[in-house]
Amino acid sequence: MITLTDIERSAYKNVWVVAEVLAGNIEAVTHELLGAARELADARGSEVWAVVMGSGVTEQAGSLAAFGADRVVVVDDPQLTDFVDEVEAEVLVRLIEKHKPEILICGATTRGRALIPRVAVITNCGLTADCTGLAIDSDTGDLLQTRPAFGGNIMATIRCSNHRPQMATVRPRVMAAPDAQEGRQAEIITEPLNQNDTRQLKKILEVFHSDETAVNLADADVIVAGGRGVKGREGFDLLRQLAARLGGAVGASRAAVDAGWIPYAHQVGQTGQTVQTKVYIACGISGQIQHLVGMQSSDLIIAIDKDPDTPLMQMADVAVVGDLFEIVPELIRAIPKL
Amino acid sequence: MKIVVCIKQVPATNDAKIDPETKRIIREGLKAILNPFDTYALEEAIQLRDQFGGEVIALSMGPPKAEAVLREAISLGVDSAILLSDRAYGGSDTWATSYALSRAIDTIGGVDLVLCGKQAVDGDTAQVGPGIAAHLDWMQATYVMAVDEVQDAGMTVKRMHEDGYDVCEVPFPAVMTVVKGINTPRVPTLKGRLASLKIDIPVWKPADIGADVERLGLDGSPTRVVKTQPPPPRSSSTKRIEGSPEECANALLHELRLRSIV
Ligand SMILES: Cc1cc2nc3c(=O)[nH]c(=O)nc-3n(C[C@H](O)[C@H](O)[C@H](O)COP(=O)(O)OP(=O)(O)OC[C@H]3O[C@@H](n4cnc5c(N)ncnc54)[C@H](O)[C@@H]3O)c2cc1C
Ligand SMILES: Nc1ncnc2c1ncn2[C@@H]1O[C@H](COP(=O)(O)O)[C@@H](O)[C@H]1O
Repeated sequence: MITLTDIERSAYKNVWVVAEVLAGNIEAVTHELLGAARELADARGSEVWAVVMGSGVTEQAGSLAAFGADRVVVVDDPQLTDFVDEVEAEVLVRLIEKHKPEILICGATTRGRALIPRVAVITNCGLTADCTGLAIDSDTGDLLQTRPAFGGNIMATIRCSNHRPQMATVRPRVMAAPDAQEGRQAEIITEPLNQNDTRQLKKILEVFHSDETAVNLADADVIVAGGRGVKGREGFDLLRQLAARLGGAVGASRAAVDAGWIPYAHQVGQTGQTVQTKVYIACGISGQIQHLVGMQSSDLIIAIDKDPDTPLMQMADVAVVGDLFEIVPELIRAIPKL
Repeated sequence: MKIVVCIKQVPATNDAKIDPETKRIIREGLKAILNPFDTYALEEAIQLRDQFGGEVIALSMGPPKAEAVLREAISLGVDSAILLSDRAYGGSDTWATSYALSRAIDTIGGVDLVLCGKQAVDGDTAQVGPGIAAHLDWMQATYVMAVDEVQDAGMTVKRMHEDGYDVCEVPFPAVMTVVKGINTPRVPTLKGRLASLKIDIPVWKPADIGADVERLGLDGSPTRVVKTQPPPPRSSSTKRIEGSPEECANALLHELRLRSIV
């Protein structure tokens, strides 16, 4: 393995946040990461930099100063309109070689988890996936990266001493976004796209953003999830109404997905998505281990089930014993309209 | 089309322990299974071969007993299998694992497509697929939920995102990782089972794949696990709510108010 000497390592400074840009907009996870980066940079006595790659993003990039960025590197080019992993990886590698950050973090989203592993391999760096905790080791100055493994049953702390930058993807909604400080300024560094960056330009033919916000499990404060107990598509319409009233998303157990009541994108669990939300309301889900590993880190878990003895009713913070078809409509009625 | 499917043997239970001394997963005593996501990669490869011709090779890196998942792949219908097994591979992180697998793919030669599962359920990293693509300098498509079209030069696929999906044209050679919704995996046939008992599975050592041993195993891995611990416990008490639907709804509303959700 190519390891760096102490002197080589000391050339790497500052904490970088790779912004999540979606349809030309900088996503909320970027603000969360800037909050985490601020703490790390303060512990290292260094700066927070944000890297924004996209098309027409220059103006928005400046807004990151308010969330704690000291400098913002902007690569604004029409060829970055859609997410092309290979191109963004080339750009990042080039920027890393030029500016030598000590730490680089990015959201553990489908895009981040496609992009950063590519960058880590090319730059001979280690990468820790899906972190939920970041800290600086006061003895060595190394980044300590904590992440769940085995479906959340073990927390592992990982260090990457001999390589720079130290890289991690960070789970959305775990770090708190700082309040915006209006008037805070950052230096904007504009970098062009090089010809070599686009040597592997795959064609994106179509982008489909679901206007049904109900699918976006990663960004929701509340998830209303249904299982076999929901009985069918109509049952999920009921859950959608509740989710809409709470401003949340709809999740599902594998049994409900396999029955064809709701698309796979909603599935929570071992073979679906892992979610960590403020409130998880499980309706008619028994809570087999494969489901639990996907939602057990949520702050408040509510279960509604006729059967008081299911695994989920045992582990929930609030277990409501009863028929979901009677309780959920009552709840929808009881919630004041926004 | 020449397709390699990377498959991993993982512990079956979700409460595996880690040895506090070695910081390695204690694999003894746990039933080992084929990583669930890899069953979708295998199925996709077999369907592509059956439709467009060519061959499917299953590839795994792991201890000698990982051979079992390769035999399972044969019983499902892949044409051949290769195991990377040697002490030098032990303790590899995703950088070193994707390096070893990429060396093996290069050694196989003439490969058009590499398929991986979205992630392995033990490490949950989802890093090995894109890592292989980077080592090979090939293009990639991750979280693939559908194959729309296959041309001579490449494939058109749908990539799943949190907020929807996109459709992209990926030229060969390429690496793709697949999610569960892409297909329904078949079960082994009797003929397949018999074939899996007979087949000879070669074991490739680092020298066989021209790998630099300095880049393999624990020493070749940039990351180090320094500590493992159980996750913070959840509050042990469960608040039970029973009563009429209206009482239940009101009690729930109270809980949601406490959290400022409504
Ligand atoms: C390799 C593998 C991977 C898997 N991955 C996943 C995964 O990612 N996600 C996942 O969820 N599962 C997964 N599973 C499946 C998992 O083991 C369970 O089979 C599944 O989660 C069960 O779904 P369920 O709770 O909806 O159904 P059930 O277990 O049938 O539970 C239904 C519940 O609804 C209740 N109920 C019925 N009617 C009502 C009513 N009117 N009002 C209130 N309650 C009612 C019942 O009492 C029961 O508790 C996986 C399994 C395997 C083998
Ligand atoms: N040791 C291995 N041998 C073969 N394939 C692997 C191995 N580790 C990971 N993979 C492949 O990479 C995917 C992602 O694994 P991971 O990055 O560990 O989550 C898996 O679904 C497999 O397809």
